[in-house]
Amino acid sequence: MAKIIVDGVEVDVPAEYTLLQAAEAAGAEIPRFCYHERLSIAGNCRMCLVEVKGAPKPVASCAWGVRDCRPGPNGEPPEISTKSPTVKKAREGVMEFLLINHPLDCPICDQGGQCDLQDQAMAYGVDTSRFHENKRAVTDKYLGPLVRTSMNRCIHCTRCVRFTAEVAGVPDLGALWRGEDMEITSYLEKALGSELQANVADLCPVGALTHKPEAFHYRPWELTKTDSVDVMDAVGSSIRVDSRGREVMRILPRVNEAVNEEWITDKTRQIVDGLRLQRLDRPFVRENGRLRPASWQEAFAAIASRVKGTDPKRIGAIVGDLAAVEEMYALKLLMESLGVTNIDARQDGSMVSPVYGRGSYLFNTTIAGIEDADAILIVGSNPRIEASLVNVRIRKRWRAAPPPIALIGEHSDLTYPYEYLGAGPDTLSELAGGRHSFIEKLRGAERPLVIVGQGALSRPDGLAVLSAAAQLARDVGAVKDGWNGFSVLHTAASRVGALDLGLVPGEWGLNAQTMAQGEVDVLFNLGADEIEIAPGAFVIYQGTHGDRGAHRADVILPAATYTEKSGTYVNTEGRVQLANRAAFAPGEAREDWAILRALSDVLGHRLPFDSLNALRAKLYSQYPHFAAIEMVQPADGFAAIQALANIGGTLGREPFVSPVKDFYLTNPIARASGVMAECSALARELKLEAAE
Amino acid sequence: MAVRKLAPEDMQPESFVLSPETEAFADKEIAKYPPGRQASAVIALLGKAQEQAGGWLPRKAIEAVAAKLDMAVIRVMEVATFYTMFNLEPVGKYFIQFCGTTPCVLRGAGDIRKVLERRIGDQNHVTTDGTFSWLEVECLGACSNAPMVQINDDYYEDLTTENFEKLLDDLASGRPVKKGSQIGRNRSEPFEAVNTLQDPVLYDGSLVGAWRKRFDEQAKAAETGEAAAATASVPQDAKAAKPAAGRAIESDAADTPAKRAKEGEKPINPTDRKEAADPSKATKVEPKEKGTQPAPQSGKSYVASPTKGGEAVPNSPTTPVAGTPPAQAETRRDGSESKPDVVVTKDNKTS
Repeated sequence: MAKIIVDGVEVDVPAEYTLLQAAEAAGAEIPRFCYHERLSIAGNCRMCLVEVKGAPKPVASCAWGVRDCRPGPNGEPPEISTKSPTVKKAREGVMEFLLINHPLDCPICDQGGQCDLQDQAMAYGVDTSRFHENKRAVTDKYLGPLVRTSMNRCIHCTRCVRFTAEVAGVPDLGALWRGEDMEITSYLEKALGSELQANVADLCPVGALTHKPEAFHYRPWELTKTDSVDVMDAVGSSIRVDSRGREVMRILPRVNEAVNEEWITDKTRQIVDGLRLQRLDRPFVRENGRLRPASWQEAFAAIASRVKGTDPKRIGAIVGDLAAVEEMYALKLLMESLGVTNIDARQDGSMVSPVYGRGSYLFNTTIAGIEDADAILIVGSNPRIEASLVNVRIRKRWRAAPPPIALIGEHSDLTYPYEYLGAGPDTLSELAGGRHSFIEKLRGAERPLVIVGQGALSRPDGLAVLSAAAQLARDVGAVKDGWNGFSVLHTAASRVGALDLGLVPGEWGLNAQTMAQGEVDVLFNLGADEIEIAPGAFVIYQGTHGDRGAHRADVILPAATYTEKSGTYVNTEGRVQLANRAAFAPGEAREDWAILRALSDVLGHRLPFDSLNALRAKLYSQYPHFAAIEMVQPADGFAAIQALANIGGTLGREPFVSPVKDFYLTNPIARASGVMAECSALARELKLEAAE
Repeated sequence: MAVRKLAPEDMQPESFVLSPETEAFADKEIAKYPPGRQASAVIALLGKAQEQAGGWLPRKAIEAVAAKLDMAVIRVMEVATFYTMFNLEPVGKYFIQFCGTTPCVLRGAGDIRKVLERRIGDQNHVTTDGTFSWLEVECLGACSNAPMVQINDDYYEDLTTENFEKLLDDLASGRPVKKGSQIGRNRSEPFEAVNTLQDPVLYDGSLVGAWRKRFDEQAKAAETGEAAAATASVPQDAKAAKPAAGRAIESDAADTPAKRAKEGEKPINPTDRKEAADPSKATKVEPKEKGTQPAPQSGKSYVASPTKGGEAVPNSPTTPVAGTPPAQAETRRDGSESKPDVVVTKDNKTS
């Protein structure tokens, strides 16, 4: 720790802090453009100048360490000033230079109202311009369907270049030419090839990079902001949903150090148009092979007439990937009251199960914990597309000091180098048998991390693979006091919540695959769109979009998406998070738990709650860990890994295949989105090009 | 800096493969850096690739260099576009870099430019036969031989319109040309009579170490009284005035009596020290007569000094003549002292 005096206030900060961080610790605000906490230091905007006592001229506080300051003549702590006349003048000078080439198009700029340059020009600039020459003109660049450019506005902070190179790990953007002629572009103006690219528009302190799909759609001050959580993958990124009236206008990341830091994937951000397209806004009932709009009463009556005459053994329920804990709980209670045991939330055929303890299906290490791992083995997963922000953490860990990383599964670009061991279970057993040198690295590691993905588990021998991975993890000492390095990576937002609730087939119950193959007569489908349901069964689909599930349905109950209801989601770590309502569901669509509550009444098994609060009270009393919002209830790692290791079983020979075939089209909301369709087409093109 | 751009698509070659020679050069360059730091060789490789491609860098060459160095193409592109000596558009067989900076312009570069414009055309434009193209560049550091141009790798200096026209004719027709000065001058020696540095003693090696020798001889004379005094004056158990933690380790001042004494070296002779400190003896010149001293060239003063009663010339001009003690300096050193015949009065009039 080092002492430093900031504007007369003495603070004690770590010596490796920069002056900017020290000033912030002392409560002084330093304007900046190029500096960003999560990127490398560039020091090229000069906005953060401060006065250091004894230095002949102002210094860039973002690039000057506290330990680099000289103490006073008698050993006093170094002293800096952030409010002196020199600093004020320096800031005014820098701001004047920045504005020399910045166009005065704030009235037509999408960044207006949320622009760092605008705000800082107001706070630290002068009110007039002395510049009478022509401004620089720069051609706009094409950077793909998500980022719109207006390069005249660029102030050359290079945050976007640093983000793509450092965090996203794709060297797509660069700064060509030099000096005044410097231009930010991709090579030959190719579209950016990252699943995190839209973050560059968030990072841009001016309006040079803005979000293309939202261009000219709103002004930031018109929007109502709602904190929420993302359901596009099992990471559960913290987001802020901005809405205007009934409509969600945009989704922004929220800082959450434990989960997403401050990034979100393009899918999380840009499915906004999918929230209003292809929506189910009224109940439908199939008559003579055609769906016709119906009233809620008609729909419920149709269901009741079918359910009442059916043996509970021939009734089943499948839960989809976007369901919140509340409706899953309501469905579970309803099915229990009907005496149905055929209930499954694993439409992808994953073999994870709560039977072996909560530690057997959680990402026990936690996402932030990845940064502590010193050897990483990924089994049957492509984290870059299954959980991009987990991949960002692994990359962050790799950048800090490369640990040994190895992969068993599909060989693909993860943005960091890794040792490719093999494609399938054979390699896993070889590794466990010590026939790969990587096992030594795992054994030698203090905190080894084994990540098992759904590619390894969503297959008939999934349990055997999980067991083999658990044995391996146990042998290399991945589970010990203070460290649980056995982690299961999920791809569905609802999955961990469902497993916590025990939404797996009960005794003699059928699993999702069997139910879908026609083993039941009445199938209740709560938003499961990734599973093909064979003809025959009477399907009740409760969901939001006219996707695969709705096409196969006999009765459609229109429900609310995650932005239209208050719902609990549990991410892959087991972190309980709340999604809040930012808008209302369209038409006659209702919140899911309310639909189930109303249906239960018609079926004659009224659920014991009349409000969401009552439901939650009951839920929390039965499952107390759901009440700990934002928290991870750690699971018993030792018991779980023992239970898993004892399963055994024979491994198949098929290679592991990632369940996510197309990153941009993994759920009904994304499939309804035009932006996602465009991204998907582009990604296919890039993939083809890369294959050439 | 001229506005640079990439060559249009129809000028770009279909492919570019590093030649064996370039490959060998590349491997040699890469070997200069530690493993994993091969990207450090990017400038050398781009230069070589430019040579191979005929003086400019096609896109494919940039991509080939990127592949060779295992770098992202955009990173190599950044380097290639940053440095102006990488040409991104085709150049002529003879690529003329014409110096357009002040010294050359003062010595007639404007005429040379007119020749270029008349014979070749605009900058960044290759003649139809592909022989010439030219580009105005900043100072190439041959100001004493101004005006000059660089053609491919060589300098051509002391140009006049006549000899430059002839040079271009010779190049175009493939006749041998003379590099360097075009007026028969040896490098940047004086243009007419050579009358300095002519003493043969300077070149026979006899002066090597002469100063040192004299220094040692004089040092012998002074005895070591100073050394003891200096050692005594150093505190034996010195305490740092400031806490040392976290601060850079400071080295001793380069050559103090105390340090010399500690290291067992001879102390410096006080007379030498005194002489070295005396500015009047820094360079020995015979003091000039007052009347022959040059006066300020300009009545304007860039120093904001108050003037008395309409006096145009400031009383204390800036730089003293070499050898004049600062206290006595009255004149600006302006080159006129090399022409002792011309006497300039204080009012900037020659007599």
